[in-house]
Amino acid sequence: MAKTHVSTCINGQDAEFLCSPEQTLLEVLRDTLHLTGTKEGCATGDCGACSVLLDGTLVCACLMLAAEAEGHDVTTIEGIASGNDLHPLQQKFLDHAALQCGVCTPGFIVASKALLDEDPDPDEESIRYWLAGNLCRCTGYDKIVRAVQDAAAELRS
Amino acid sequence: MSQSTSNFAYAMPASITDTVSLLSQASSNGVRCQVLAGGTDLLVQLRSVDPDPRTIVDIKSVPEVSRVEVSNSERGVFIGGAVSAATMTHHEGLKAILPGLVEAAYLIGSTQIQGRATLVGNLCNASPAGDTIPALITNQAVCEIHGPRGARSLPVEDFVVGVQKNALEAGEFVVGVRMPHPSARTADAYLRFIPRTEMDIAVASAGVSVTLDDAGVCSAARVAIGAVAPTALLVPDAADALVGSTLDEASLAAAGRACTAASSPISDKRGTAAYRRKVVAVLCERAAASAAERARAR
Repeated sequence: MAKTHVSTCINGQDAEFLCSPEQTLLEVLRDTLHLTGTKEGCATGDCGACSVLLDGTLVCACLMLAAEAEGHDVTTIEGIASGNDLHPLQQKFLDHAALQCGVCTPGFIVASKALLDEDPDPDEESIRYWLAGNLCRCTGYDKIVRAVQDAAAELRS
Repeated sequence: MSQSTSNFAYAMPASITDTVSLLSQASSNGVRCQVLAGGTDLLVQLRSVDPDPRTIVDIKSVPEVSRVEVSNSERGVFIGGAVSAATMTHHEGLKAILPGLVEAAYLIGSTQIQGRATLVGNLCNASPAGDTIPALITNQAVCEIHGPRGARSLPVEDFVVGVQKNALEAGEFVVGVRMPHPSARTADAYLRFIPRTEMDIAVASAGVSVTLDDAGVCSAARVAIGAVAPTALLVPDAADALVGSTLDEASLAAAGRACTAASSPISDKRGTAAYRRKVVAVLCERAAASAAERARAR
């Protein structure tokens, strides 16, 4: 079957790959590019575990064909830290114990980054609405909300 | 026939003409073809109910489909076929004149879904509970369709013909939707009811647009309801109940009753038919009151 050649920019670096027409961006990120930080939860856009940024917009990598990434910038969880320095969101998730099993965490961090890029000082209600598309079966969400608020405060200071 | 449809293919035409010729050729060769805009319905269908191979035609490289035009002239407002809900909710010009339509787009799925899902995709998917469809009908939106026999226009209320069925013929696609620029003292609102606060599908919904004269009397109105019939419905009787009134409690209640009368809902896990008939009236009343308040402020 004919493969599609895709040129894109992932986490600030030019990246090229070949994909099948029906392959999702999530499949290519994980299986072809070995960027396994992005998780597959439901694969139908309900859980947010595969959240990535496409040109800065929050999307589910499972609901995009890999071919649609042609010419676009993709940011995954691997692009959130600066080298060995964790992003404040990552550090605050650790500090507040905002994770247990951790499968949802990359999606929450990427989604929260998209929120803070748009609104540096969101209230609790805004955070909960923004993150309504990210499911966590461990934490009960409160610790996640607190971690996002604390990270927002640090980023503002 | 099964031979020619046995593979997936991905195409990204760069013009309306190329899109139409791809879709038409596929159709005459018996190759299954499907238009991709945001993909949030298409990819879920591929994963679940309908995994069969097809040619996927991504229209996002067609310049016209990414356009949002807001003009006070007779061109009015145009929203292209690949414009996402997120683009609409960040568009100050649209929010200022079509707050109800933008509200409807904001209700689709999660933040992630809104990043991809398109207004026109929500329309073409033709779900009875599609949030933007009543809001489009309320605003007199017309589909601009291109196909092998040229261009044609179809009002949204005629475009959706059944549960997940639209009026597109072989080789056709929706380039965008166009609607009049709301005149002064005209405003819209859209409300839906869901059993929780986020991430669900409408149990019932109502969109209302009203125009007020200088004395505050309603001189024109449109009411559309969703999730209470196989398709979203325009309800002229509800609009008639509003026109000529000051949008007082009695006329709002009459409009609500007209919505109940126009409904033919089903019972399912989200609500019974009787409940939907009742709730759609309340939503109509509240949306009309909200639209009136906005119209007074314009």
